[in-house]
Amino acid sequence: MTQTHGQHAARQRWMGILSRAPRQALEEAWDAHSGTPEFTFLRRPETGLAMVRGRAGGKGMRFNLGEMTVTRCAVQVRGRVGHAYVAGRDPRHAVLAALFDALLQDDALLPQLDSAVLCPLETARLARDHAESERTAETRVNFFTLVRGED
Amino acid sequence: MYVAVKGGEKAIRNAHAQLAEERRGDTGVPELSVAQIRNQLSLAVDRVMAEGSLYDPELAALALKQARGDVIEAIFLLRAYRTTLPRFAATEPVNTAAMRLKRRISSAFKDMPGGQMLGPTFDYTHRLLDFSLLDDSGEAADAPQATQADRSEHAEPCATAPRVCDLTGMEELLEPAASGESDWGTEAPVGDLTRDPIRFPVDRDIRLQNLSRADEGFLLSMGYSTQRGFKGSGGHPFAGEIRSGTVAVELAPEELGFPVCIGELKVTEAELLFLYDGSETTPPQFTRGYGLTFGSNERKTIAMALLDRALRCRELDEEVVAPAQDEEFVLSHSDNVEATGFVEHLKLPHHVDFQSELEILRRLRTEWTERGERRAQLLDTMKGAA
Repeated sequence: MTQTHGQHAARQRWMGILSRAPRQALEEAWDAHSGTPEFTFLRRPETGLAMVRGRAGGKGMRFNLGEMTVTRCAVQVRGRVGHAYVAGRDPRHAVLAALFDALLQDDALLPQLDSAVLCPLETARLARDHAESERTAETRVNFFTLVRGED
Repeated sequence: MYVAVKGGEKAIRNAHAQLAEERRGDTGVPELSVAQIRNQLSLAVDRVMAEGSLYDPELAALALKQARGDVIEAIFLLRAYRTTLPRFAATEPVNTAAMRLKRRISSAFKDMPGGQMLGPTFDYTHRLLDFSLLDDSGEAADAPQATQADRSEHAEPCATAPRVCDLTGMEELLEPAASGESDWGTEAPVGDLTRDPIRFPVDRDIRLQNLSRADEGFLLSMGYSTQRGFKGSGGHPFAGEIRSGTVAVELAPEELGFPVCIGELKVTEAELLFLYDGSETTPPQFTRGYGLTFGSNERKTIAMALLDRALRCRELDEEVVAPAQDEEFVLSHSDNVEATGFVEHLKLPHHVDFQSELEILRRLRTEWTERGERRAQLLDTMKGAA
């Protein structure tokens, strides 16, 4: 499994960025991409469920926590197949993520798309997360234990 | 037996029209949007997602709007919607140690690495009605604002932190997290109560799935009963750690064969510690109870951890002396959609059943009267003979 992780690390990275990006940002990136190519659907966007799992005690026995909505899509662009699995029910988000997944498999396009699309999306997400963590840090608390004088 | 009835179509149509009117209420008041419910009644939304067992904040907010704020009706709507969708896959287990924290506290470990962060909590509020919220013309005038000085003092963001119970350095006295899980390393199939009916006794996977989607009020009361003494052993439980925040969800699609991140979820996790006297084979130690739910559901998650621990009685060789330790009792009555279905079906027409019971009652009455008369006659005869 770790080997598989290594082989697919680049694709895992960009699929994770695409699924967590706001749809509007993907839409703008798609419009800005010169020569938005023709594509065909191998699987039209379809909404279904994923059973979310947890582990007892955080790292013990696996259990089913509950389901979430997921939308998936598969496209073909210039012979390359792009896939998307995106949380929620937004079909357009899944289409855009699948399109970028197909384009990003083209080594000739990867560097340009990485700097123009992936890096800005990732930077924006990290900035949002950081701002949230800063807000959380404002509520950091230090409790003191007081000795009560009962001598 | 329930005998079906026909008719009443017109009355039912009119009742549904009135329901829609009542839902809308006074048309002089602006209509609530789903986005408003999602953003401003987020704890109700989270409860509907957790008990509806479906993570989709927009649909949970829609369900609340349609159900006029009736939480159980909204949960029912979400459960019904869920049955219309195919299930693509199961996700990888979420890694709660990598949670982006919104809140993290421990009542046991004062100085835990990564620190305690209160987050947006009702704790330490005075529970006084805030009349400034009556003014909905704009922002509440005197809403508490953190001063800049307050902010910079603590502005040391700690995005994630390991679960404190995994690194307490008291391994001798705290049972390991994976204790009792025979599958660790081999990963046995995961039980799913939405696919197979529950058969008792159950493993911990089914128990945790059941409790995570269980009714908050039921778990709260059952958890409370253990604290008041209706339990097998142990003293006052401690919150080893309670945290809530955002976790990434990974799923390995069949067509790819490797896991990819598909998005994020908000969850609440609680790990409670309980004094355990030990058994023939296990030394005295702190044992654990675990809770994990969708969204921000702290009260319910703590109650879930209380019950998870109470229901570990068989595994820990404890005598079953209280309702909260009886897994058939707890797990069979925890689901509010099942419970409401059976309780509320009583209001549907049962006219035929009622008629048949009337018949039975009339016959019993006649027989009872006849028996009484015969007894009186017998007594008279005996008196006469004496």
